[in-house]
Amino acid sequence: MSERIREKLNILADAAKYDVSCSSSGGTRKNDNKGLGDSHASGICHTYTEDGRCVSLLKILLTNHCIFDCAYCVSRKSNDIERAAFTVEEVVSLTMNFYRRNYIEGLFLSSGIFKNADFTMERLLKVVKKLRLEERFNGYIHLKTIPGASDELITEAGMYADRMSINLEMPTESGLKLLAPDKSHQDVIQPLGLVQNQIVQFKADKKLIRNVPKFVPAGQSTQMVIGATPETDKDIMQTADTFYRNFSLKRVYYSGYIPISNDNRLPLLGSQPPLIRENRLYQTDWLMRFYGFHVNELLNDINPHLDIDIDPKLSWALRNLQFFPVDINVAAYKMILRIPGIGVSSAKKIVQARQFGKLRIDQLKKIGVAYNRARHFIKCADSPYQLKDYQGTQIKSFIMAESQSKYLKHDTQQLILF
Amino acid sequence: MVYLIDGSLESLLCAVFDWFERKPGKVSLKVLKYYQPEAFNAVHTVYNDPSNADRVWKGLGQKLDKGWLRRFYCTFLAETAEAYVTLFEFACYIFSSLPGAEHNYGNPHVLKLAQTAKKVEREKHRMEAFIRFQQTSDDLFYCGIDPDFNVLPLIMSHFKNRYADQKWIIYDLKRHYGLFYDLEAVSEIHFSLEEERTLSKPAREQLSEKEGLYALLWNDYFKSTNIAARKNTKLHVQHVPKRYWKYLTEKKVL
Repeated sequence: MSERIREKLNILADAAKYDVSCSSSGGTRKNDNKGLGDSHASGICHTYTEDGRCVSLLKILLTNHCIFDCAYCVSRKSNDIERAAFTVEEVVSLTMNFYRRNYIEGLFLSSGIFKNADFTMERLLKVVKKLRLEERFNGYIHLKTIPGASDELITEAGMYADRMSINLEMPTESGLKLLAPDKSHQDVIQPLGLVQNQIVQFKADKKLIRNVPKFVPAGQSTQMVIGATPETDKDIMQTADTFYRNFSLKRVYYSGYIPISNDNRLPLLGSQPPLIRENRLYQTDWLMRFYGFHVNELLNDINPHLDIDIDPKLSWALRNLQFFPVDINVAAYKMILRIPGIGVSSAKKIVQARQFGKLRIDQLKKIGVAYNRARHFIKCADSPYQLKDYQGTQIKSFIMAESQSKYLKHDTQQLILF
Repeated sequence: MVYLIDGSLESLLCAVFDWFERKPGKVSLKVLKYYQPEAFNAVHTVYNDPSNADRVWKGLGQKLDKGWLRRFYCTFLAETAEAYVTLFEFACYIFSSLPGAEHNYGNPHVLKLAQTAKKVEREKHRMEAFIRFQQTSDDLFYCGIDPDFNVLPLIMSHFKNRYADQKWIIYDLKRHYGLFYDLEAVSEIHFSLEEERTLSKPAREQLSEKEGLYALLWNDYFKSTNIAARKNTKLHVQHVPKRYWKYLTEKKVL
């Protein structure tokens, strides 16, 4: 018995690991029925795998049997791998027992499509209902919306899940058509829209009626595979931006493609996953969501790709030197946020602290500003007087000379003559 | 001038009271535990008067909002000699300035307090993440910890709300006290050294029969959810520093 469950867990956890989302934040469920579990507003990462990704949810597939044959997916029909399926009871008891030992924040349940979309969605729904109603489980549940499932099933699932997600898979329609001819972005947009409308509806009701049940309190997210098809960074981020705006998504995840197939449409087996590119995309995503940048400022027709050797904020600043240097003792908060080397919390501290007197370099360093980077872009009370204006390339070379990229094994610094 | 306190919150607050009453100018605050007598400095041993302490705490409550009071308390739980000095200087600064002075991050004591509180909150969050309960044969969930700071008071309500339907014990092996939840309320417990030793290495028959299976399944899960092609040990260790590995079931060889 225990051997079989070990085997199943290995197969189905292995198949689920390419789903990046692991956040457990935004849940609002309180343990008011003396049951098990209570949401933590910011989420908790209980451990990290050796590749440095957080583990906060028990992330498994209900089954890896699938009727689709998408070239980028390990569980595709034509792939020769071991198949397995959990029963509803098995998933429930694993979740409960892991949660009791403080291993996890909750469950991330996805599934291959077996028979048809409705049948699969019904099984997922059974698991969450049993957890919530019979086991009185108040932990976090992230449920995959199965494209093509009926509206009633999706709406009912939303009453029990904290977050629902559905993957775009490829950043553009043409990329998707190339690798998964049966799928289209429209299949994703329809359920995303449905859930979004319901969330808005329930929120509006909540204002009028006190006891409105929770509906997907942690919102929706999606994921795109990058590096499998030849999209530019601009295409990717513009798609992300559109989805953030149209569906108020909480997160868009970018997953660097890890070669898993010999298909000649895809990168070769054994080639490196695009980790730096992925990192730069996430940095851009953060700049859009927390730093007030518009996607067109960072990526446009002149710069369709992100710089690999410097981060997008620095890259933007070097292209727009006319805004700098910024006097941090008078500049607006929005402008301080745009200085490379200053993050959100430093910017907030600066704005509060400068009411008590002009800030000096030593104070900035203590507050936590990356001064070696920021000094090319700021003026403060005791900034040294500088006669010469440096060019963008020169500033870049100063910063690059001081910092050691974690991705570069050998420093290949090109000499600058002028 | 040296102000000598015994290290309790009360004595710290009384030191602030005494400073305003006596106006001695610059003083250095020392904790009895680490104190070495000095030849050329006058010493004032702070007398713990609960009414004075109350008055100072109330005063702080009027000057600071809830978030800052919590930071003050967190810094106190850091229990380092440096933290006591920071708290003392911070309180004196707050009382002698206009309202809103806590936002002056240019002041070294304000900044230090905010940073120390952050460290304590981080340790608290790590304990919420890295505690791994073991189910005993009498249906109790046990975990022993030795956190860098005294975070048990901070994590109590989190575990009480979360595990409302199971009995649990979290024991601080470094500070020799623990929390016990009996399905109704949380109480403080103390074990003898002997008991502490058996608890840190429980025998197989003391654990529930399912415990081994779930630990094994968790270990398996931890391995199969890893993507070998993306291996990044530096990042891994940054998120899970090695000093916490002793707690983690997934880091033990079963």
